[in-house]
Amino acid sequence: MAVKKREKDLTFLEKIYIPEIVKGLSLTLKNMFRPKFTLKYPEEKFIPPASYRGRPVLVLEENGEERCVACGLCSRVCPPLAIEVQAGETEREKERYPEKFEINMIRCIFCGFCEEVCPEEAIVMSKDYELAFSNREDAIYGKDKLLVPVHQLQDRINFLRSYK
Amino acid sequence: MTILELIVTTLVKIVIILTLMLLTVSYLVYFERRVSAWAQNRLGPNRVGWEGVLQPFADVFKLLLKEDIVPTNANKTIHALAPMLALFVAFTTYAVIPFGPSIRIFGLTVPLVVADINIGILYILALTSLGVYAITFAGWSSGSKYSLLGGIRSSAQMISYEISMGFSVGGVLLLSESLRPLAIVNSQGAWLWNAWIQPIGFITFVVSAFAETNRLPFDLPEAEPELVGGYHTEYSSMKFAGFFLAEYANMIVASAFIITLYLGGYNLPFININSIGLPEWLTVIIQIATFCVKMGALLFFFIWVRWSLPRFRYDQLMSLGWKVMFPLSLINIIWVAALIMIFKI
Repeated sequence: MAVKKREKDLTFLEKIYIPEIVKGLSLTLKNMFRPKFTLKYPEEKFIPPASYRGRPVLVLEENGEERCVACGLCSRVCPPLAIEVQAGETEREKERYPEKFEINMIRCIFCGFCEEVCPEEAIVMSKDYELAFSNREDAIYGKDKLLVPVHQLQDRINFLRSYK
Repeated sequence: MTILELIVTTLVKIVIILTLMLLTVSYLVYFERRVSAWAQNRLGPNRVGWEGVLQPFADVFKLLLKEDIVPTNANKTIHALAPMLALFVAFTTYAVIPFGPSIRIFGLTVPLVVADINIGILYILALTSLGVYAITFAGWSSGSKYSLLGGIRSSAQMISYEISMGFSVGGVLLLSESLRPLAIVNSQGAWLWNAWIQPIGFITFVVSAFAETNRLPFDLPEAEPELVGGYHTEYSSMKFAGFFLAEYANMIVASAFIITLYLGGYNLPFININSIGLPEWLTVIIQIATFCVKMGALLFFFIWVRWSLPRFRYDQLMSLGWKVMFPLSLINIIWVAALIMIFKI
């Protein structure tokens, strides 16, 4: 059997353990008084950084119109086929808008492809991570839940622009 | 003191100590969880009650409601007997530990120790080594290889550490010239603790006590990463709780034993409390409080060590026990004998 050689022989002090034990104990003692990482969750909430991919949402412009033009690229790229878009026509400047825009949050895998592929920056990942629902119908988010005013999403939009 | 008075006072003491012991044990579990959390920069259980103080009760309640599963291969009688034996040993050992001086109450002089017997130290050594039977029984009767390995390890560990433990106690006995725990406490006086006189014996005894209580770094009978749960793998519900409580009760007994033998028992350090002329009831209260503080510090030390040091490998444990601890405890006896030769003759 090949005997593996030690990279470094232990010194006498290391061999009698006790100074090393004292070192280890003092390290844990120091850590006991360091600030804690735990958040007291329901009272204190975690505020994610801009790079966080939470629930995908649609951008609602300042004038109350949605930015989405219902091109359907997001639903096309979506790996788990969670997005369903139905386009409609309007008299407004943009001409097209989504009549129906649904994301099935049971299917969504938070990959962020929809946001990456979107030519209009109309669908972005928000910081929203509390997504509990008690039945399957509630899990399908329609336009009422998806539209979020643009100023709430500015952080993420800036992040996307700086990395594109 | 008549026989009746003796029986009544002893019963009262037993009830008080058992209640306190159970409470301390359950809070020790809570304390351990909090301290381990602090050591890892977490908060620990802080939801049930104020800062989680009701957590022990929630734990016990949960365990009570769990299904009690006995494996088909198990030897049912011994399987049920093992946790009871563990608890029995853990709780009865405390009977001979003095936690305060004698008090005068209703015209009676009551020593604050359940049984003030002449062979207290022998009694403790005998009972604590009985504790290994609980673990071995549990391991053997479960009909599971992990449990069996845990049981075997525990008996091997117990044999190798009991010797150094006994020899370290020998050093103390040379000085106190008595096996009575009260006499040992009094022989140390206010500041001449055995821990100062025989530091080597103190260290070997503390290490052996860790091994004896199966606490990390010597928790080989449990060794979660290798043996699932060791000897209590096949236990659930209150039988598991029995082992769990016994482990913590053993910690309390071990720290009480260390305090009695090496840290001056219930005596206040550096001050001779009987000479400053406080009222008697205050003296008693201060001495009991001293005992509790020492106990708390030692229990914290137990927990602190658990969350700092890694577990020993099996062969390392054996070589430490036989090649290091055993000779060291012998050296300690020679050292104490030499001190007696020089200073007392």
